[in-house]
Amino acid sequence: MLHNSFHFALTVGRTATPEAVQFWILAPLAVIAALGILVVKKAVHSALLMAWVMVTLAIFYIAEDALFLGIVQIVVYTGAVMMLFLFILMLVGVDSSESFVENLKGQRIPSILAAIGLGGLMVSLVGRATVSAPAVGLKDANSDGNVQGLAKLLFTQYVWAFEVVSALLITAALGAMVLAHSQKIRSPFAQRDLSIARFRKDSMAEAAGLPAPGVYARHNAVDVPALLPDGSPAPTSVSQTLRSRGDIITSSGFALESIEEQED
Amino acid sequence: MSTAALLGQDPGWITLVKGLLVFVFCVVCTLMAIWAERKVVARMQMRIGPNRVGKFGLLQSLADGVKLALKEDLIPAAADKVVFIIAPIISATTCFMAFAVIPFTGTVTLFGHKTAMQLTDLPVSVLYILAIASIGVYGIVLAGWSSGSTYPLLGGLRSSAQVISYEVAMGLSLVAVFIYSGSMSTSEIVAAQHQWWFSVILFPSFVIYVISMVGETNRAPFDLAEAEGELVGGFHTEYSSLKFALFFLAEYVNIVGVSALATTLFMGGYHALPGLTFTESWLGGWFTLFWFVAKISAFFFLFIWLRGTLPRLRYDQFMKFGWKVLIPTSLVWILVLATLRVMSQRAVSRPLVIGFSIGVVLLVMLATTLYDRSTEKAKAANVLPDLPAPRFPVPALPGQSLITHVQEIEAEAEMENHNG
Repeated sequence: MLHNSFHFALTVGRTATPEAVQFWILAPLAVIAALGILVVKKAVHSALLMAWVMVTLAIFYIAEDALFLGIVQIVVYTGAVMMLFLFILMLVGVDSSESFVENLKGQRIPSILAAIGLGGLMVSLVGRATVSAPAVGLKDANSDGNVQGLAKLLFTQYVWAFEVVSALLITAALGAMVLAHSQKIRSPFAQRDLSIARFRKDSMAEAAGLPAPGVYARHNAVDVPALLPDGSPAPTSVSQTLRSRGDIITSSGFALESIEEQED
Repeated sequence: MSTAALLGQDPGWITLVKGLLVFVFCVVCTLMAIWAERKVVARMQMRIGPNRVGKFGLLQSLADGVKLALKEDLIPAAADKVVFIIAPIISATTCFMAFAVIPFTGTVTLFGHKTAMQLTDLPVSVLYILAIASIGVYGIVLAGWSSGSTYPLLGGLRSSAQVISYEVAMGLSLVAVFIYSGSMSTSEIVAAQHQWWFSVILFPSFVIYVISMVGETNRAPFDLAEAEGELVGGFHTEYSSLKFALFFLAEYVNIVGVSALATTLFMGGYHALPGLTFTESWLGGWFTLFWFVAKISAFFFLFIWLRGTLPRLRYDQFMKFGWKVLIPTSLVWILVLATLRVMSQRAVSRPLVIGFSIGVVLLVMLATTLYDRSTEKAKAANVLPDLPAPRFPVPALPGQSLITHVQEIEAEAEMENHNG
C-alpha cells in the first residue's frame, strides 16, 4: 500500500537506534522544560516552555509512527491553544507574575486530592498498557495508512464519542464567549455620531472640532492653551486629561509683545 | 512509481544536496523578490525604482543585506533579552521548513540518481505546512512581546489574531482539495491534477485560499501587524541589523512559501500549462522547474499588484471579513462539495446531481436577496429626520437641502440690510 512506501516507518516493537538517540536527547529537554513551567517567574516564559514541551511530544509521536497525531498535536496545541494562552497573558498583564492570593477559599486540599487522583489514574492506565504488555497490532491498524485508519475509527466506531467531545468543546468555547462578553447599554459613539452631536449644539463654535493647543516659537508643548482672536486663552485647546490634572501653563509668557511695544 | 516511493530510495547525500538546493533557492528567490517588488511597485507608481547597484539595480537587495549586517545591533533596555533573540530565529527557521514537502519538479536525474526535486513527502504534508506556519507566528508574537514597548506588542497581538483567524479559512479551503484528491500528500495532490487544475474545479476554495494567504503572510492590504501609519513598524519596531534582516527574509520566504503551496495545491504544481505538456520532458524533466517558478512568480506578482493597488484595511473590517464572510462561505462550500462528492461516488443519477446544484444556487440567491432586503430596511430606518437650517454658513447636513439653506441665509442678510 501507499503507506509502506513512505520511508519513515520503523520496525514496531523494537526501539531503533536513531529513535533511541532522539529519545535520549529530547526526553531530558522535555522534562527540564516541563519542570521549568512550574519554576519560572514570568507567565509568558512558562507558556513558551509549555510550547516547547508540546513540540517535543509531537516529535515523539512522529517517531512512534503516529505521524498524523504528531502533526495535529503541533497544529492544535502549539498553534491554537498556546496562542489563546498568550493572548490571555498579554491582556491580563504583560509582566504578571504569580500571585499568592487565593481567590477560591479552601480549594487547596480538594485540588491536591484531585491532582493525585488523576495522576494515579494516568500512571495505572499507562502502566497497564505498557508494562509486561508488548504493543501489538500497529501494523494492522496502519495497514491502510495512518490517516485512513484513524479516520475509519473516528467516523465509524467512535463517531458518537467524537461528536459528544466536539459538542462539549463548542459549548465551552461559547461559554467562554458569553462569560467574557460585556453587554453594552448603548452602541459606542462613532465618528459620525460625534460629528452630528457637535453640529446640534447651541453654539457652532466647536463644530469643526476643538482648537489645537498653542504652538509658539518659544514653546511648542501641548500644555499651553491657544490664543483666541481677541487675545484671550482658549482652555478647550488643551487635552481634558491635562486640564483635570491642572497641568496647564499660561500662554501669556510665550506671547510676543504687542506690535506697538515691539516697534518702540 | 509514485513520488513517495522514489524519494524513499534517496541515499542520504542526495537528501543533503537537495536540502542545500532548496535553501539556496529560497534565499535567491528572496533577493530577486525584493528587487522585483521594488521595481514593479515603482513602475506602478510612475517611478523607476532601484537602478544604481548592478545592471537594472539587480544587486540592490544584496547591497541592502550587507548594509543591514554592518549596522549596530541594538537590544532595548526594557526587552526580554533571551526571547528577543529567539524570536527572529524562530521566524527565519520555520519559514524554510515548509519547503521540505513542496515538489519542485517531476522525476529528474540528479548526479546520476533518479529522483524528484522534493526533499521528503509525508502522507500529511499539507497539515505539516500548516503546523509549521502556526509555529512561525510565535516569532512575530514573541518579537512583539519581548520588545518591551507598546507598538510592537500591539503589532504582535494583531498578527497573532490575524493568523489565527485566517488560518481557519485557509484550512477550510484546503479541505476541498483533500476531498477531491483523496490525499494530504503534496506529490499526490499534484498527481491528482493531471487532468484539471483544482483552481478550476474548486474555484471558490482557490479564491478563499488566495485571500487568506495574503492575510496569513501579513501583506498589504492585510499588513496590519506592521502598519507603519499606525504602529511605526509593528512587531519589528525595535529590531535592527541582522535580526531585522531575519524578519525581512522570513517575510519574503513566507510569501514564496504560500505561493508555492498555492501552485502545488491549485495550479497543477510543476506541470506545464495545458497544451504545453510536451515541454515537461525537456532537459530531462528539469524544465518542469521553469513552470513551477513561473507559477510562483505569477502569484508573487499578484502580491505586488495588491500592494500597489489597495489601501490597508481597518482592523475591525479585516476581522469581520475573515470571520463573517470567509469562514461561513467556506463552510457552506465544503458542505455542498462533500455532498456532490458522495453523490458522484455513489453514482447518483445525473438529473439528481444537477437538481441538487440548482437547488443550492437558488438557496444562496434567496439568502443573499433576504440579506439585501434586511440591510435596505435597516438603512431606511436609519434616515435622519428633517432638520431646521443652521444659522451659520456651514455645509448642509444630511436631510437638509443646500439651496434652501443658502436662500435662507441670503434672505436673512437682506432683512438685516433693510433694518439697518
